[in-house]
Amino acid sequence: MDTSCTPGEEACIDERQGSILTKGKSKSHIQCSEDSLAGAVSQRACVYCGARVVLNPVTDAVHLVHGPIGCATFTYDIRGSLSSGSEMFRNSFSTDLRERDIIFGGEKKLAACIDEVVASHHPPAIFVYATCVVGVIGDDMIAVCKEASLRHGIDVIPVESSGFKSGNKSIGYRAAADALLRLIRPADDRPVIRGRKVNFLGEYNLGGEMWVARRYLKEIGIEVNVAFTGDSTVAALKRAPEACLNLVQCTGSMHYVAMSLEQTYGIPYMDVNFFGSENTAETLRKIAAYFGDEKMKQRTEALIEREMSAIAPILKKYREKLAGKRAAIYVGGAYKAMAIIRQLKELGMEVVISGTQTGKKEEYQCMSGMLSEGTVIIDDANPAELEKFLREKNVDVMAGGVKERFLAYKLGIGFVDHNHDRKDCLAGFEGAVQFASEVYTTTCSPVWKHMKKSTEVKP
Amino acid sequence: MSGRVKMVNENQCHMCMPLGGVIAFKGIENAMVLVHGSQGCSTYMRLTNCEHYNEPFDIASTSLNEKQTIYGGEANLRKAIDNVIRVYKPGVIGVLTTCLSETIGEDMGRMVESYVRDSNLKGVDIIPISTPSYSGTHTEGYWAATRGIIAHYARAVEKHSKVNVIIPHISTADIREIKRLLELMGISYTLIPDYSMTLDRPAGGQYSKIAPGGTSAGDIARMAGAPATIQFGLTCPDELSPGLSLQREYGVPLVNLPLPIGLENTDLLLEALQTLGGRPMPESLALERGWLLDAMADSHKYNAEGKPAIYGEPELIYAFAGTCAENGAYPAVIATGTESNKLAARLNFLLEGADEQPLVIEEADFAEIGAAAIKTGANIAIGHSGGKFLTERLDIPIVRAGFPIHDRVGGQRIFSAGYAGTLAFLDRFTNTLLENKHASYRLLKKEELKKQEAITGDE
Repeated sequence: MDTSCTPGEEACIDERQGSILTKGKSKSHIQCSEDSLAGAVSQRACVYCGARVVLNPVTDAVHLVHGPIGCATFTYDIRGSLSSGSEMFRNSFSTDLRERDIIFGGEKKLAACIDEVVASHHPPAIFVYATCVVGVIGDDMIAVCKEASLRHGIDVIPVESSGFKSGNKSIGYRAAADALLRLIRPADDRPVIRGRKVNFLGEYNLGGEMWVARRYLKEIGIEVNVAFTGDSTVAALKRAPEACLNLVQCTGSMHYVAMSLEQTYGIPYMDVNFFGSENTAETLRKIAAYFGDEKMKQRTEALIEREMSAIAPILKKYREKLAGKRAAIYVGGAYKAMAIIRQLKELGMEVVISGTQTGKKEEYQCMSGMLSEGTVIIDDANPAELEKFLREKNVDVMAGGVKERFLAYKLGIGFVDHNHDRKDCLAGFEGAVQFASEVYTTTCSPVWKHMKKSTEVKP
Repeated sequence: MSGRVKMVNENQCHMCMPLGGVIAFKGIENAMVLVHGSQGCSTYMRLTNCEHYNEPFDIASTSLNEKQTIYGGEANLRKAIDNVIRVYKPGVIGVLTTCLSETIGEDMGRMVESYVRDSNLKGVDIIPISTPSYSGTHTEGYWAATRGIIAHYARAVEKHSKVNVIIPHISTADIREIKRLLELMGISYTLIPDYSMTLDRPAGGQYSKIAPGGTSAGDIARMAGAPATIQFGLTCPDELSPGLSLQREYGVPLVNLPLPIGLENTDLLLEALQTLGGRPMPESLALERGWLLDAMADSHKYNAEGKPAIYGEPELIYAFAGTCAENGAYPAVIATGTESNKLAARLNFLLEGADEQPLVIEEADFAEIGAAAIKTGANIAIGHSGGKFLTERLDIPIVRAGFPIHDRVGGQRIFSAGYAGTLAFLDRFTNTLLENKHASYRLLKKEELKKQEAITGDE
């Protein structure tokens, strides 16, 4: 075991051994989906964070965080989701609980805050997020939201996202899913009219990615009913039952919603993936095949042919520069990790480290199948482990989130942002070019040459 | 002065207490921070600091979950300290509480004491600080931690010649400038907390998990024997004031000064340094003062057109308010997210010469700051990235200063202190006004002309 760490080594903690494995060399099962180890400096967030990521792109809703100020400040307009209409979702509302509220309860203040927000902004819906303290002091958020909903005639939806429930964001995804399902629940028993419209689940319109996929779908003859939740509105989400099919992209956050929609409304679902040119082409073919319409299939092939031939020479250029370079991946979910692995391989690169914050056992198995022998696979990594493997594996470029970025730079390694904060579109054929260009720019930057030199001259 | 009428906080101007505490500990040599709460708190604080400082920013968490929230988090705390010691090998561990651990009533002092006793711990100082988010902002958290760190180490010692210098939360460039001024004036000192290197590391050399630099425990232990304490803390609450407690407990005279930002404020520091036995102002500093004065004269008519909205942490906005006032750019709005009982009185005195008194708002959010800016006709802002909607929605440009700055690079080293820093700030301020003027004056005149012609035409 040359790459996975042995107990007693500086960078590692015994209890973390089971969460790190080297493909082909060590145990076949990874320890995952467990609570983070105290003091291990996990890169994970909390239940609230998971819920907020999923719901935040609902553009015209008010997002009200019920708790002391921090949780709201830390999430104040930090996401790159784009809107074609309302910008309400970018505001950060907090009940700003103080000591007296902790002692006497925060229900009255919550109700007053809801009233204020309704009076000043007239939103069609308010999501009220529970934070740790609210869970402990026992505010009856459900009752307050229900009363406010009746008082104002709009949806006031509690999101049960008390942070301490788990350090695992996926529990928060579930809280968000429950909130969405509550919103969708039809107000009356009107019959649902269905056309050839699809919902696009697990797509957050970062850098306008939903718009790219929607353009492709329109070209082959399919209309997007509503995305969950990128560039969505409250009214559009309520019309979700009108779709005939649910496309599920970020599986971690949306499988549960898809299953619920199937159960309640009989809408089938299919997994899709618009990250990377091959994934995009496969996805479009899969959708066309589902509808079984020959004309649609032809249009799909024409689109793929046109886009692929447009980007092929560009990708070829990058492939020549990047072939053989060594990459590391550490991202939130396995779905994203696998999409990145595939794209990096298409660019001729070797993935030597791959890890996630919230991957599940079967996802790790699937991921492992895409990786070559000797690759380090890691669940819930911490900076010490990442540093150790980045050094040992002689990595040229890393893909991850903001917290990993500066560690990579300090070690003289390129970095690709694949997180909710990014501003650029990485989806579809054009996104594949953007991704390749970013990988090239950072991997082959002249800056690293100078950093290396200055490291060498120092004692 | 406005008491808080509004309940909801819309777009936050302040952060939570533990965040400030974390920054203070990052200024202590060989220190690591452990946050006793749910996993998300540490991750959010890391994210915010990474984006501002552009540095890896490790914070450990006790990762409390549902079970510990009910039965207590002592086991997690002990395990977390074990793991932090093992991986980071720190000399100091700052343990900060959160809303969660405070609400469930964790007795930090006892738990830390029993850990130290049971593990027979040597060579690692564990310093618990109470920082419940609902009791204050990051400003109070910063002061509380700084005071707590000093209280932990300070002992009655023999008198020596090193002056204590206690700084509020400022940029790393400003810390370096204050140190340079002290050295130029021939003053030997202990500056705390000194994160000028730890949170702004130069590249080159080996990367280490805990950045080199910071105030040493040995120096802090001798602070009680200093001839005086200079504290840039006019607005620091008495009960949190590190300088005041050194004066009360050990008789170290406290010289409370404004931050040396602005001509007069910097003069005050240099006068104090001379009184404390420093040498007369060296020629090089006299030149810097001359250049600043020269620029003030050159720019005074442009600056007179500036009506700034200044927001952020009390100590910083007090210094910037003075700087603007001495240049004839009388503040239109002065706002802080903090509740400060000292700021307003100080400001009244400072702004006696202004024709119109500014709107001073405490416990402010950006909804209020924006409304105040419209009401007063503010045409420029000074503050952190949280105010970005002032530009985006109200066309008011921001001269960035303070924390956090996540939408520009170099936020950690924005230079504003001393004569040289004030000159750099003043040029940024004046040029922002000029840029706006040049971009708009032709168009404004043209529109005015058209309007007049339309009126004449109608007649």
